[in-house]
Amino acid sequence: MGWQIDPVVLTLVVFCAVGSLAIKDLLGAAIVFGAYSFMMCVLWAVMGAVDVAFTEASVGAGVSTVFMVAAVFRTTRRSKD
Amino acid sequence: MRIIALVLVLLCGGLLIAGTVEFAPWGSPHARQQVYLSPYFIEHSMEDTSVPNIVTAVLADYRGYDTMYETAVIFTAGMACFFLLRCLKRMEPQERVYRHLVTGMVLHVKKPSVPKPPEGLFEEIDPLWTPYDIIIKTLGRFLIPPIQVFGLYVIAHGHHSPGGGFQGGVILGASVILLALCYDLRSEVERLRESLSGICSAAGVFIYAGVGALCLALGSNFLDYSALAPILRVDPVAARSLGIFFVEVGVGLAVMATMVAIYNNLASAGLYDQGL
Repeated sequence: MGWQIDPVVLTLVVFCAVGSLAIKDLLGAAIVFGAYSFMMCVLWAVMGAVDVAFTEASVGAGVSTVFMVAAVFRTTRRSKD
Repeated sequence: MRIIALVLVLLCGGLLIAGTVEFAPWGSPHARQQVYLSPYFIEHSMEDTSVPNIVTAVLADYRGYDTMYETAVIFTAGMACFFLLRCLKRMEPQERVYRHLVTGMVLHVKKPSVPKPPEGLFEEIDPLWTPYDIIIKTLGRFLIPPIQVFGLYVIAHGHHSPGGGFQGGVILGASVILLALCYDLRSEVERLRESLSGICSAAGVFIYAGVGALCLALGSNFLDYSALAPILRVDPVAARSLGIFFVEVGVGLAVMATMVAIYNNLASAGLYDQGL
């Protein structure tokens, strides 16, 4: 079962990673980065590292996305470069 | 500058990829760590600590030092956010906004000299004001208690299922952050004051290091929980299991308070008056 889901999730991880770097809108980049974290979480779960997947889901996809959105809220939505 | 950065990144990435050539194949049973370390943990963690979840046993017992300094790193991150962002100078707001409780009408007060409207009829809301939304508030009220119970469960049940102090602490912190998102930052800070969250994050690290130091005082190694057996009146194996639990509680406390403190500092730009 793992082998069917692996390539799809890996492709999505790479797309999300490149996307979060490329997007000019920082709020969108934060959301895409959250999606990247969630895909990584799925990947850990597929590999059987459930503890790591749990940490990734709660820290990476949950709280750090909120931190980034809060930082964007207090600074600027436009990236300079 | 960008070209130098690109070259450096490519160089580091190339080095890392070149390093993976030395690795054993994925899932290989002949990799070095699979030969002597993993079999030891798999065979002995149950009889050593009576913890079914080997990850928790390794994290909090066999590698207790590592987890202790991870907790210290989280505490340091919270401190860094405090010193970088916190602005202790109290600034009087230029503009105040009040909502009439019965009709939902909103008053904008531009001059500081205008007195406060009566307390029972109006409530103060943030100048970065978002429209009153009863759906979000009610949903928050329903969601936050189950999330907190789940966070406590994750901390306490880390021995038997995935989870532990870090995950449970983050879930507890996220529930408090959800309160700030559903209501406003003021009502969250009223419930978990800045001083309390600061004390909690220091106390978590102190609990962890204190359990370790207690083992040292009882004549054993630092963080060797089996030394706690005479105090807890259990056998050394159960004492190691209980020691892991104490340590996880410390980690959870530190992580929860630090997450809340970081969020408050970020969302209010260090002023603790209004946020997201």
